[in-house]
Amino acid sequence: MHSPTPIAPIAPMANQLADPDAFYQALLDTHQGLSLQQSHALNARLVLILANQVGDLNRLQTALRAARDSADDQPTEDTP
Amino acid sequence: MDWQSVEFAYERPAALGGPPVLHPVVVVGAGPVGLALALDLAQRLQPAGQRVLLLDNDHRLSTGSRAICFAKRTLEIFDRLGVGQPLVDAGVSWNVGRVFFGSEPVYAFDLLPEPGHQRPAFINLQQYAVEGELVQRALAQANLDIRWKHQVCGLTPLTDHVALEVDTPDGRYTLHAQHLAACDGSRSTLRSLMGLETTGRVFQDRFLIADVHIDGELFEAGRSERWFWFDPPFHPGQSVLLHRQPEGVWRIDFQLGWQTDPEAEKRPEAIIPRVQALLRQGFGRDVPFRLVWASVYTFACQRMQRFRHGRVFFAGDAAHGVSPFGARGANSGVQDADNLAWKLAAVLQDQVRGAQAERLLDSYASEREFAADENLLNSTRATDFITPKSEISRLFRAATLQLARQHPFARRLVNSGRLSVPATLDGSPLSTPDAETDAEAWPAALRPGAPALDAPLLKNGQPTWLLQELHALAGTAVLLVIGPAPAWPCPVPVLAVDGDTLADVQGLLAQRYAGGTQATGQVGAAYLLRPDAHVAARWREPSAAAVQAALQRMLGGD
Repeated sequence: MHSPTPIAPIAPMANQLADPDAFYQALLDTHQGLSLQQSHALNARLVLILANQVGDLNRLQTALRAARDSADDQPTEDTP
Repeated sequence: MDWQSVEFAYERPAALGGPPVLHPVVVVGAGPVGLALALDLAQRLQPAGQRVLLLDNDHRLSTGSRAICFAKRTLEIFDRLGVGQPLVDAGVSWNVGRVFFGSEPVYAFDLLPEPGHQRPAFINLQQYAVEGELVQRALAQANLDIRWKHQVCGLTPLTDHVALEVDTPDGRYTLHAQHLAACDGSRSTLRSLMGLETTGRVFQDRFLIADVHIDGELFEAGRSERWFWFDPPFHPGQSVLLHRQPEGVWRIDFQLGWQTDPEAEKRPEAIIPRVQALLRQGFGRDVPFRLVWASVYTFACQRMQRFRHGRVFFAGDAAHGVSPFGARGANSGVQDADNLAWKLAAVLQDQVRGAQAERLLDSYASEREFAADENLLNSTRATDFITPKSEISRLFRAATLQLARQHPFARRLVNSGRLSVPATLDGSPLSTPDAETDAEAWPAALRPGAPALDAPLLKNGQPTWLLQELHALAGTAVLLVIGPAPAWPCPVPVLAVDGDTLADVQGLLAQRYAGGTQATGQVGAAYLLRPDAHVAARWREPSAAAVQAALQRMLGGD
């Protein structure tokens, strides 16, 4: 497994959602009645659509890294 | 005071065997909502000498702690009713909630981040202690009768009154009520007798409430907070909520899941290991404790379609039910009582008549149905977060909690319960909208329909609070003026904060109500406040005609 290049941690991201609770509900409502596989596929489409809405590659790369950095299941590195 | 052992005396009703007596207003159910309503009505009707009758099917206070979180707005209503201070003295005041994911703290939220308020965001106090203070205050009212062990068993709505059949240990009698308030809880007898139902969502989850007396402190000395764990090591895969109550008692809510046996979970041998695990793994303590009270519950988010049916008004759990995350049950019920009492009193005292009286009473239903929908929405969302109902919602929740460790935006998505704040009654027919000319310069938090916010004042050089000064005017409508009192005769009492008798020395009143400071120039304002201290209308420069028109509208006028 490759080890990611060491880079500075992502700065904390402030809230930009006008109504966070309403968004979260809308997100889950969108998944209502789907199988897990269908939900994963929906999430993949959603990521691509939102990426297009963001547009800027630098901002997208920050988002990608933030998502990767926050995971509990980081790939283990082979210590030499 | 050992409230749990108090018994109230049943008295044989004088009306037994005689002709039915007509009562102007009858309240059914002596819980926090019925007691607050009966007390409020009695205090409002006292000058006219009208009597209030409160019926309860039991003769004791509620068993077990039950509701324990009483919100700032509820305390302010209790202040007006004369029981706020003893309850605050008896309760545990708190403002901060802390959220954990696993064993790690994720974030904390402060429910009252600004100074300049008399009351805290919440007190924790056992429901029976709140009821006990309300009963004591109620018993001191000369025009309020409480009849214990009186069970309503029949209800017939008639043109000019409601006929009630009441069972007592000595037999059944009939009484007539011009107006009837059903505050008889989630399994409301009055609702069933009228063939009405309450509808909504029932959640497939079970929770254990354990009230535990612990020898020793769990928090740092003097600190009282609401702690909520998602997936803690001592209760894996579920959530746990911890609250401090007075006198060394702690409330612990363990989420159990749907596939558990409620009878087995209620037994001490099932509860004790759970508490031990929390104390050892959550706090590193192995301290003695004893169980005070426990219950296993499920819940639903639901409401009646309409809260008014002719002469019958439904309030509190009888009208609407929510999940407990957010302390929105008892608190919203007390707001129902606060909303209904002044309207019924205005009708009973002939301040309004005919179609206007009908509109004023209808506004109880429309305003509190609106508020119930807001509570239900918040409660449902919190429950969906705490009890994910699909694999994908569980996945999103885990992702949210992971991101919340580092990213503030995700903390706003974490939902361990959005805690009770009073509804702003947007769109109320009793409100006069802001004039369009300066609508944007007004503070949104005090728009028409909003409950009044507190602010510190000086009265003849002595510290006081805005809400205290309002309450001293006996819960009437008030024109609050920031600046000199108007020169024209005002149809309601005027509370002028003009820097003379009453002074806004910290400038917080002007900041909250006028939306500005001396520097920005936005310092003048006049607010017409309803008897329940919600904003009816506001002006920069009020005229006698504008106040009169807004007052008429506030009372259900066209």
